[in-house]
Amino acid sequence: MIALEKRPQPSTIWVYLAPLLAVVLTMIVGGILFAALGKNPISVISAIFYEPLFGEFAFYYRPQLLVKAAPLILIAIGLSFGFRAGVWNIGAEGQYIVGAITGAAVGLALYPAETRLIFPLMVVAGALGGWAWGMIPGLLKVKFGANEILVSLMLVYVAEQLVAAMALGPLRSPEGRGFPGSRNLSQWASSANPELMAGTGVHWGVVAALIAVIFAYITLSRHIFGFQVRLTGQSPRAARFAGVNPGRMVLACMGISGALAGLAGLFEVTGPSGQITIDFNVGYGFTAIIVAFLGRLHPVGILLAGGLMALTYIGGEIAQSNLGLPGAAVQLLQGMLLFFLLAVDVMTNYRLRVGTREVA
Amino acid sequence: MIFTRRAVAAILASTLATGAAAQDDGPTRVGFIYVGPVGDGGWTYEHDQGRLAVEEEFGDAVETVYVESVPEGADAQRAIEQMALQGADLIFTTSFGFMDPTVAAAEKFPDVKFEHATGYKTADNLSIYSARFYEGRAVQGHIAGQITESNIVGYIASFPIPEVIRGINAAYLHAQEVNPDVEFKIIWAYTWFDPAKEADAATTLIEQGADVILQHTDSTAPQAAAEAAGNVYTFGQASDMSEYAPMPRVSSIIDNWAPYYIERTQAVIDGTWETSDRWDGIDTGMVGIGEITDAIPAEVKASAEDLRDRIGAGEYHPFTGPINRQDGSVWLEEGETADDETLLSMDFYVEGLTGTIPE
Repeated sequence: MIALEKRPQPSTIWVYLAPLLAVVLTMIVGGILFAALGKNPISVISAIFYEPLFGEFAFYYRPQLLVKAAPLILIAIGLSFGFRAGVWNIGAEGQYIVGAITGAAVGLALYPAETRLIFPLMVVAGALGGWAWGMIPGLLKVKFGANEILVSLMLVYVAEQLVAAMALGPLRSPEGRGFPGSRNLSQWASSANPELMAGTGVHWGVVAALIAVIFAYITLSRHIFGFQVRLTGQSPRAARFAGVNPGRMVLACMGISGALAGLAGLFEVTGPSGQITIDFNVGYGFTAIIVAFLGRLHPVGILLAGGLMALTYIGGEIAQSNLGLPGAAVQLLQGMLLFFLLAVDVMTNYRLRVGTREVA
Repeated sequence: MIFTRRAVAAILASTLATGAAAQDDGPTRVGFIYVGPVGDGGWTYEHDQGRLAVEEEFGDAVETVYVESVPEGADAQRAIEQMALQGADLIFTTSFGFMDPTVAAAEKFPDVKFEHATGYKTADNLSIYSARFYEGRAVQGHIAGQITESNIVGYIASFPIPEVIRGINAAYLHAQEVNPDVEFKIIWAYTWFDPAKEADAATTLIEQGADVILQHTDSTAPQAAAEAAGNVYTFGQASDMSEYAPMPRVSSIIDNWAPYYIERTQAVIDGTWETSDRWDGIDTGMVGIGEITDAIPAEVKASAEDLRDRIGAGEYHPFTGPINRQDGSVWLEEGETADDETLLSMDFYVEGLTGTIPE
C-alpha cells in the first residue's frame, strides 16, 4: 500500500527538485502530445527548448528572450511579496494595462516636446498608475473585507475596456486615419525605450527587472519588511503578535505588485509594443503568476522561471512556424508546466510511504 | 540610436544574404501571419484558404509557412522577423494591428517582400492590400431593406474604424433606397471574434425587433442565434457560412484572397514584384457575394444580383450622391462619387442613421 505522509518539515531537496521535475515531466507528456499530433516529439522539444538558445538563429532569439522575460519577471517579483504574505493579487494584468495607459498619457500630453526628461516622467506615471489600480482591491479588502482575488481579477476586465476606450478615444493618434491606436511611442525620441546595446535586447525594462530581483532579494532576506512578509505568510497570528499590521501588509503588497506591473506595462508600451492599442495586453499579468510559483516565490527562482517561460513562448513560435505545430499546443505546454509543478509540489510537504503503516 | 539600428540591420542583412543565396535553388518561401486561429471560420480561415490556393497553384515550386493567433504588437514583430530569418521571400501579414510591426520588419529585411492587409503604410519592400467590402455591404443593404417586415435591421459592428463605418453607411444607404422606413440598430461588440459576445448582441437585436441581422464580426454565433429565434435573416461574414443556408443565412460576403496571393507570389518568382496599394472589390472577385438563397423573393434576388453585377462592372459606385452626412451637411452632390481617400478615413454616419459613433 502506498500512502502520503506529512513531513514534519518541508523537504529542502524537493523545494529545488520540484521545478526541475515539473519541467522534465512537461517535456515527456508534451512530447507524447506532439507525437499524437503527428509531429516528431524530439524535434518539437528541441525547437522549443534548444533552438532559441543555441540554434542557427540564436543571435536573434537570445535578445528576444530578454524582451519577453523582462515584464514577466518584473510582475512576478511584485506578486511574490503578496503571495508570500497570503495576499492574492490576481489582477496584475489590469495593473499592467493601467500603468501603460497612465504612462503613455503623460508622455502623449507633452507631445511633441523633444526632451529626454519625458521618459523618466512617464516611468513614474506608469508605476503610479499600476499602484493606484492595485490599491483599489487593497483598500476594499482593508476597509470592507472584500475578497482581493475577485476584485483584482474583475478589475482586469475593467482595465481591458479602458484600454480599448483609450485606443479609440483620448489617446488615438490624430495621424492614424481614424484607426484605433495611439502614436508610436517607441518612434518618438522623447518617450522611446530603445535597445541599450545593439543586438542584445536589453532595454530599460530588462534593467528594471534585474534591479527588482536584487532589491527583492535584499528586502526578503535582510530587511524587517521582508521578515514581516514571511512571518505573515507562515503564521498570521504570530505576525500579529510581532506587531505586524495586517491591513498595512495588504496595502503594501498590493502596492508593490501594482507598481511593478505598471512599470512593466510602461516599458512595454514605450518599447517592444510601442503603442496603446485595443489588444495591448497579451497576458503577461496572468503568466507572471505561473512564473512566480515556478520560481518558488524566490527572486532568483523567478529570474530563472521568467527565462524558462520566455523560452516556451519563443520556442513555441519557432515550433509553430517551422514545424506547423498548432498555437494551442504551445499554450497547453505552458499550462502543463504549472500543473506538474503543483502536482510535484506535494512531495515538498509529504513523503511517500510504501508498505503497511505501523500501528502506533 | 541610429547607429545601433543600422548595426542590427547590417547583421541581419548579411545573415539573410547568405541564407538567401543558399536558398536560390530551393522553392520560394511564402509566409503568413494570422491574427486568429485558422479554424475561426471567418477572417483568418479565408486567408488560410488563400495560402492553400497558393500551395495548390505552384506545387513544389513554393513552400508556405504560417503562424496563427499572433497577438498584435511586439509578438507580431518577432513572428514576422522570425519568418524572414528562416528564409521567407514573401510575407503576408493579415491584420490591421500588424502594421507597425510589419513596417519595422520590412526595414530590417530589405530583401524580403512584405504585404500588409488593411493598413496604409508602404515602403520599397512593403505593399498594402485590402478589399472593398462596402460593395458587398451595399448588396446586403439592398436585400435587407426589402425583406425586413419590422423595418428594423440589426447590425453587429466590431470596432468604430473607417472600414466598419463604411460598411454600415453602405448597407444603410442601399436599404433606405428600397425602403425609406428602414431603421438600423447598431451594437458595437468591440471584438472581431468572440462567439459569446456576438451571440449576445444578436439576441439583443432580435429582442429589439430586428428581423435581419448584419454582422461585421467573424463567428457564426449570430447565425446560430438567428436560427434559434426563427424568421430572422442573416448574412455570412468573411466566409460563406453556407452551413446556415438557405435560412437564416440568405447570402454572404466572401473574402477571396486566393487570386491576389497567387498573383503576388508569381511576381516574386518572376522577380517583378513592386510596391503596390491594391484595393479590389467585386470586379476582381476579391469581394465575393455568396449565393443568394431562395429563402428570399425571386425579384429581390434578381435585383440584388443586378446590383452586384453593376458594381462589378464598374457601372455603379455604392457611394454615389446625393448623400448627406448625419448632421445634414452635404457630403456628395448629385451624381458625384466618393473618392478613396475619404472612404479610407470615413469617420461619420450618413443622414438617416441614428445614434453616434462611439469614441
